[in-house]
Amino acid sequence: MRAIAEGLFTGETPPRLIGGRDRESGRVVFPCPPGDRFEPVPLSRTGTLWSYTIQRFRPKTPPYQGPEAFRPFPVGYVELPGEVIVETRLANVDFDQIRIGMELELVQVPLDPEAADPVLIHAFQPTGAAA
Amino acid sequence: MSGDVCIVGVGIHPFGRTDGVSGLDQGVFAVRQALADAGVEWADIQFAYGGSDAAGNPDTMVERLGLTGVQFINVRNGCAAGGSALFSAQMAIKSGEFEIGLAVGFDKHPRGAFNALPSEYNLPEWYGDAGYMVTTQFFANKIMRYMHLHGISRTTLGRVAEKAFRNAVHAPHAWRREPVSLDDILEGAMVSDPYSKYMFCSPAEGGVALILATEKKARELGKPIVRLKAATMRTRPPKSFEVFAPSVDIGGGTATATQIASADAFRMAGIGPEDIAVAQLQDTECGAEIMHMAENGFCKDGEQERWLAEGLTEIGGRLPVNTDGGCLACGEPIGASGLRQVYENVVQLRGDGGGRQVPGAPKTAYSHVYGAPGVSAVTILER
Repeated sequence: MRAIAEGLFTGETPPRLIGGRDRESGRVVFPCPPGDRFEPVPLSRTGTLWSYTIQRFRPKTPPYQGPEAFRPFPVGYVELPGEVIVETRLANVDFDQIRIGMELELVQVPLDPEAADPVLIHAFQPTGAAA
Repeated sequence: MSGDVCIVGVGIHPFGRTDGVSGLDQGVFAVRQALADAGVEWADIQFAYGGSDAAGNPDTMVERLGLTGVQFINVRNGCAAGGSALFSAQMAIKSGEFEIGLAVGFDKHPRGAFNALPSEYNLPEWYGDAGYMVTTQFFANKIMRYMHLHGISRTTLGRVAEKAFRNAVHAPHAWRREPVSLDDILEGAMVSDPYSKYMFCSPAEGGVALILATEKKARELGKPIVRLKAATMRTRPPKSFEVFAPSVDIGGGTATATQIASADAFRMAGIGPEDIAVAQLQDTECGAEIMHMAENGFCKDGEQERWLAEGLTEIGGRLPVNTDGGCLACGEPIGASGLRQVYENVVQLRGDGGGRQVPGAPKTAYSHVYGAPGVSAVTILER
């Protein structure tokens, strides 16, 4: 399976997200913007949940490319200590078990699990959770 | 110019859905009402600033109103379009070049959530593909963080919507004018946790026009004097948390454009939050009103829990907030929304609020808009 876009993940196993560090200020952002100002840097695989919500309706297409048959999904922000707070899907967690501050780790999940050749997006799951 | 800039005429086309009437014509309707209110003719108007996000170029309304050759400048500034039009109109009069002019805003949006594309926001395509280009998702994430940090309950969010629909019963220009019980609000279909469908405003239609003049001209017209003591518009500082953000700086969400716009407005007006008698605060969702109470300096973070429980923002309370039901009950036509707040404040200062009139003859009124990607506009009126 391939990633939804080039330049989001490192090639290692397991992969990390690639952020961008401002060469002047040191500020870290995600994803790494094009151009020379930001230097690509691998981001921490683990962090803590900063905020979240449950997406209860199917986002409009365009631009959404997820499955036609919609199931609500959790989406939030994870704080990678000392780096940056990254927006992300949450995976392998019951909605009522989600808590701000919980420990999370990076995984890759298919945008459309039913697709013949699904693309992978980034998600965070509770540390040590089983897929 | 000596004296203050005054608002001498107001007009509004009812908000909501008006099939068969274009956004522009709703703006024209509002302008005609404002002209009649001020007792002037279109030919008397020396300049205009117009805001619209999705309903065409405002200056084309000269075709309907009359080809007087008037200076007419279009303003496109997201949710701050109305506030920016008003700010610009005020500056035109303050400059001494003009003595009477118009600020107008109107819009007409398709039904359903706003449809945003990544390319319009300088974001990569994958961000939209993966389902992040959803404004409601951002608002829900933002309030979830705020509730966690400051101990705000979901019931308090519900009380904001309950108040909005209750106030709107008495506002002829509002869209949703039926009361909704707190239980129904809390148990309504979930859109994006913690928000149910009653806790978000909807894109809508409407038009608002305000006629501004020098104080000298206002006295000639014989209208009640409503002074525009401050009008500010500001963009975001570092550490803000805005819509469509794939990442946020550590410590983000602690500084906002609203805080700057508000502090500057109070400084210009020479008064403080405790001096305000009625306020219209941007409430595109319930949590926005909660957060904006603190960002505009009316209370501390977390105090909203008690304020709402004790009814301090009700029409008879210490600081009535969103007396016409705000965006929650009026819907949001982006170009008109900010001017609706000022319209409502003029109505309140003139004592024309009817069933929603703030008691005690209010002398000061505050309005605040906030929008993507981190813009805010504030006005302070006095009579």
